[in-house]
Amino acid sequence: MRYLPLTDHDRSAMLDVIGAADVDALFVDVPTSARLDGPIRGLPNHATELSVERHLSALARKNRAAGDGPFFLGCGAYKHHVPASVDHIIQRGEFLTAYTPYQPEIAQGTLQVLFEFQTQVARLFGCDVANASMYDGSSACWEAVTMAGRITKRKRAILSSGLHPHYVSVAQTMARFTGDALSYQTPTLSPATDIDDLLAAIDGQTSCIVVQYPDILGRIDDLSALASKAHEHGALLIAVVTEPVALGAIKSPGEMGADIVVGEGQSLGVGLQFGGPYVGLFACKEKYVRQMPGRLCGETVDAEGKRGFVLTLSTREQHIRREKATSNICTNSGLCALAFSVHMTLLGERGLRDLAMLNHSLASHAAERLAKVSGVDVINNSFFNEFTLKLSKEARPIVRKLAENGVLGGVSLGRLFPGVSALANGLVVAVTETATVDDIEALATALEGALT
Amino acid sequence: MSINASGWRPAMGGSGVANAGTTTGNRALMLEEALIFEIGDSETTGVDLADPVVSPSRLGFLARNRPIGLAGLSEPETVRHYTRLSRQNYGIDLGFFPLGSCTMKHNPRLNEKMARLPGFADIHPLQPIDTVQGALELIDQLAHWLKTLTGMPAVAMSPKAGAHGELCGILAIRAALEARGDAREVILVPESAHGTNPATAAFAGYRVEDIPAPSGRIDTAALIARLGPDVAGVMITNPNTCGLFESDLKDISDAVHAAGGFVYCDGANFNAIVGRVRPGDLGVDAMHINLHKTFSTPHGGGGPGSGPVVFSAALAPYAPLPFVDRDGDNFLLVEEESAKDRHVSSFGRMVAFHGQMGMFTRALSYILSHGADGLRQVSGDAVLNANYILRSLEDTLDAPFAVAGPCMHEALFSDDGMAEGFTTLDIAKGLIDEGFHPMTVYFPLVVHGAMLVEPTETESKAALDQFIVALRSVAERAKAGDPSLKSAPHFAPRRRLDETLAARKPVLVWKEPVLAVAAE
Repeated sequence: MRYLPLTDHDRSAMLDVIGAADVDALFVDVPTSARLDGPIRGLPNHATELSVERHLSALARKNRAAGDGPFFLGCGAYKHHVPASVDHIIQRGEFLTAYTPYQPEIAQGTLQVLFEFQTQVARLFGCDVANASMYDGSSACWEAVTMAGRITKRKRAILSSGLHPHYVSVAQTMARFTGDALSYQTPTLSPATDIDDLLAAIDGQTSCIVVQYPDILGRIDDLSALASKAHEHGALLIAVVTEPVALGAIKSPGEMGADIVVGEGQSLGVGLQFGGPYVGLFACKEKYVRQMPGRLCGETVDAEGKRGFVLTLSTREQHIRREKATSNICTNSGLCALAFSVHMTLLGERGLRDLAMLNHSLASHAAERLAKVSGVDVINNSFFNEFTLKLSKEARPIVRKLAENGVLGGVSLGRLFPGVSALANGLVVAVTETATVDDIEALATALEGALT
Repeated sequence: MSINASGWRPAMGGSGVANAGTTTGNRALMLEEALIFEIGDSETTGVDLADPVVSPSRLGFLARNRPIGLAGLSEPETVRHYTRLSRQNYGIDLGFFPLGSCTMKHNPRLNEKMARLPGFADIHPLQPIDTVQGALELIDQLAHWLKTLTGMPAVAMSPKAGAHGELCGILAIRAALEARGDAREVILVPESAHGTNPATAAFAGYRVEDIPAPSGRIDTAALIARLGPDVAGVMITNPNTCGLFESDLKDISDAVHAAGGFVYCDGANFNAIVGRVRPGDLGVDAMHINLHKTFSTPHGGGGPGSGPVVFSAALAPYAPLPFVDRDGDNFLLVEEESAKDRHVSSFGRMVAFHGQMGMFTRALSYILSHGADGLRQVSGDAVLNANYILRSLEDTLDAPFAVAGPCMHEALFSDDGMAEGFTTLDIAKGLIDEGFHPMTVYFPLVVHGAMLVEPTETESKAALDQFIVALRSVAERAKAGDPSLKSAPHFAPRRRLDETLAARKPVLVWKEPVLAVAAE
């Protein structure tokens, strides 16, 4: 078998050195009742590369790729064009097959990338510092809530109705076990966010307020008032960014006063991949750095005075503090963080701003065009590259009809908020630089047909 | 805006600057490389984009009005920057990477090719499920392999890494106990356990108590004596972190179950027993599997991982959402909506979307390539390689458990016998000069100066022989007290780095030099 270099000759020579009769003798500590006598029955034996390719390609062909036609899904995962160089760089063996940089002298490649990544994320979010990535946006969001709890020593978190329902669901699952109290309501199909409700709810028991920016319906709101009120009451403002490209066009949560900013980096460098692996982004104010979860890369010098980088502040982490760690996280999303960073470097500030304006211009054009379709209202006043339509009929069957006609037209709110009848006619449409004017026309036409 | 083209900064605080002997600071193929912020700028970009279409702005009053502070490079400069950085990294592709408990086996490129098929790479998690039946079927096939290999009836595919899987398993245990109105506060964890185990138990709201493991294996009598109505369960690694099979595990499981608790198994070391032993036969209730260890998905410099969790019948009802189910020939995704019909006792959702699909494709590609016979060969060769290393070096290095019998897939040595002032760390740094990534050091905690060597099955005998020669020579230098070892590595891109300084004065982001000077 092609991944097993030992020959039978090698094996017997090695058994001689060991002084064992056969490999089975090495498993002497396994009780005989637990030992299987041969390969597990009912499973196929080894296969050639060719046959594995055939098997998996057949499964791949049963899926409709986003690139196969007009595509408008968002809600926490976005189709952006990733430049060809990114995938080549991340497949270099020195990046792909490297490990966590615990021996920094031979891992400066990984470490310098992480330092650059941390800087990019901190600047994008308008924060002082950022970590070396989390699993994804939803786990980063929950870790931010627990971090706020450690800092404020309070247990009540207010979740905005604009927060992605999966992120809410994760927080609710975890809070059930940690005893944190969460307040949350599902959103309404209106142009206004729930900012007034959030302001009214903040009090001296509040640990944090969690807002998504732009929110699940694509609405954008100023976070400054929330930050001020939170701080007056000793609470923290946590902002969640599920579409980082937006920050090429709109103000950062950090500059509006957010204490912790988390998000999903998938839009840059990391493809849709049916939901994972993605890359969690985590940034905060300098004064909270010792409460951050996850790995941190810091600058230092070596014995010859040369600048170098190392993982640092490890006493926060599980391998040092064990049950007193800030989190149980070990693995990060290193290769995805690399992809994000390479894509950001290729874009640069100019490129990110241009990409953002291209996204927004197409989304704005789409909103104008779709508003003209009978039975369609655009809910949003403001948006970046994603907005919500209120249809004259329930959206979920419409999405299926559009799919039958070759258009993946968006995410129905019925899918994300099952059983919430007030949202059933809602359809969230994302428009990135990968959508053409023709695609938008095709969506409009298909919607017209589906709604009559 | 660039300040230092070679990236080489002068020393801070007055210690001497080494002379590389060249003007640039480069040494032939070993190239110094600056930060993107030092060589790029805010106007340069390596991407060509279409012009925006004409349409009104809908950004509200929140349009950005300040620079972000990002640096851009053209495509050639970008490729060069990252290529140069990559050459400062060790990887499995380069050589032997014997990190105990990490299972640094070869990462097959077929995995990468399959993961990139557009039908897997370019599908959105919220597409209508009849447009992604192949993806759901793949997850189902992988789930079937994982259940069959472990002898367990159920599996949760959504956890994103091993520690996340541990959390999944512990939360399922907690949910099961709450469902029978029997909340317990304590989880028992061997002192040899990986740090994520107690961290996870604490994160899930439990109090952790240590189980002694003085001779490598768990003190079974002590564990059983401690069981009681306040113990929710135990977290056991098998084979354990000393590289030994926990022979009493079935008896332990029986005792834990009799006392009303559950057994969590950390599956990080599954590579030692895959295809030969099924954890389900040993009474395990939940076990995470690291796809990035046993099933060859790439480590990527620290992640991403994937940590599916197999469950016993007792815990299966509490497994998290979402998961894939079948309805005849159709595959379904069971999310919050259908939970009340299909999975009412689930403890809830652990993560947005469905799991690490990209790692599932890679793992299934690997599993299909090996098949049942190949996977059995994997554990056989992994254990053979580790024992070969153990027996070849036990005359040179102290191996505390070598007398008692064979090891499993990893060999454990201690620092006993080193000259005064010489440590495991010095041996690790000496190995770097010899062209190897060091083994795991200072873990597990139960052995002084632990050195944990896991070769994996993808090493040839020649590679093992070369490592044995190298480690023997470095160990001899440590025993003899060779002073040059204290300042190793000498030949790596960097000498020993000042980790104390990094923690004392953390610099976690780049700052413009003007601001940095002003801050001093």
